[in-house]
Amino acid sequence: MNMANVISPSTVDALIKFGIDVAIILLKIVIVLAIGLLHVAYATYFERKVIGHMQVRLGPMRVGPHGLLQPFADGIKLFFKEDIIPAQADKVVFYIAPIIFMAAAMVNLSVIPFDANFVIADINVGLLFIFAMAGIGVYGIFISGWASNSKYAFMGGLRSSAQVISYEIAMGLSLVGVMMMAGSLNLSDIIRAQGESIFGMYAIPQFIGFIVFVIAAVAETNRTPFDLPEAESELVAGYFTEYSSFRFALFFLGEYIAMILMASLCTICFLGGWTLPWYVLKIFPFLSYVPGVVWFVLKVYAFFFFYYWIRATVPRYRYDQFMAIGWKILIPVAIGNILLTGLVKIILKEVL
Amino acid sequence: MPGTYLPTEYLPVLIFILVAEAFGFGALLIGVVFRPKKPYPEKLMPYESGINPKGEPRTRFAIRFYIIAMLFVVFDVEAIFIYPWAIVFDKIGIFAFIEMVIFILILLIGYIYAWKKEAFVWD
Repeated sequence: MNMANVISPSTVDALIKFGIDVAIILLKIVIVLAIGLLHVAYATYFERKVIGHMQVRLGPMRVGPHGLLQPFADGIKLFFKEDIIPAQADKVVFYIAPIIFMAAAMVNLSVIPFDANFVIADINVGLLFIFAMAGIGVYGIFISGWASNSKYAFMGGLRSSAQVISYEIAMGLSLVGVMMMAGSLNLSDIIRAQGESIFGMYAIPQFIGFIVFVIAAVAETNRTPFDLPEAESELVAGYFTEYSSFRFALFFLGEYIAMILMASLCTICFLGGWTLPWYVLKIFPFLSYVPGVVWFVLKVYAFFFFYYWIRATVPRYRYDQFMAIGWKILIPVAIGNILLTGLVKIILKEVL
Repeated sequence: MPGTYLPTEYLPVLIFILVAEAFGFGALLIGVVFRPKKPYPEKLMPYESGINPKGEPRTRFAIRFYIIAMLFVVFDVEAIFIYPWAIVFDKIGIFAFIEMVIFILILLIGYIYAWKKEAFVWD
């Protein structure tokens, strides 16, 4: 048997085609990651700037003009710092926890449709995938708290995982209304169905779900006013108290990518993604020449500004109040929203 | 044909996972060359506001966390049951709606029970 029989020309063609496919996917991933990491860097910068100006301060000013190079200075500093692993820590678990946390947040970027034709993985259960990965992220939080072998880290890990899983339910239920209206779990399909609907964006007919989602999104990403796992006055820094150097940076990165993700999810499910509502286009027809990705990014920025705004405005919640909001208010409201959406849809279908 | 389905649309997800892991591990491994490493026993102690750590860090913790974990399983499974129903809601119509009302009512009994047992109260 010679080689020609084993590897036929068609196999070679298929392999070359596969190789090209993988290369294109890799190129897309590198583009998304590069832009995503740049956004993380400047999200930290603008957070400090916006909150600074809200408190009548200037924020970072020293590194570069108006402190514009500050995020890079921070990144380089963290990269060159000593990496301390506590003597009593669970070494292997301590080592991989930040990577699990960061990777679980980052992988979600692969299902986000940034524009009508730009999505890395067009899978039919995109929304479910994001929830699954959010569940994986909890492992990163919990095992980092466990492996540190420190009281603050342990309590922070427990609190944070209880918080994230509680609000994940509210978030999952708040999106059911959107699924019922769009009839799909594919994120691109949700945006298309939204663009064709009467309201143009689901935030109007699904405003109850929208409010529940926004509150749950802030809690999911451990942001103020729900940043109890890292409540500085009581828990130092929560689950990453013992982390230093680039391992700390990975947690930071994961957290900000999770914020980008929640902002994108809100944009996709409630604000219309890359589309504009038809009534806006009717008044300003020239806006249809602007590429869709611009609208997507602008909506994400608006959500980010909201994150900063509430951080500067609202004080931190007490833990018992916080859990009570999740379990006693958000979940019943989200379930009520599902039934209400179903009822309205039935009435519209049967009566009209 | 059963057994021949290849989930090719998930290939980018797999590659993305590998790239993300490579980024994390790569940055940590390259950094080893540049980072100082001067450990001494005090530096490697767990942080406890500057005093020597007292007792075991992994002590017993509030039972509430276990209860929350169990409730999470119940409600998350509920949510997963609702998803496929929500997707095909338009095709099934009024029958699906009544069915879901019954399903949610059954869960509501458990929810009220948990509320009355003060599972959501932290003190």
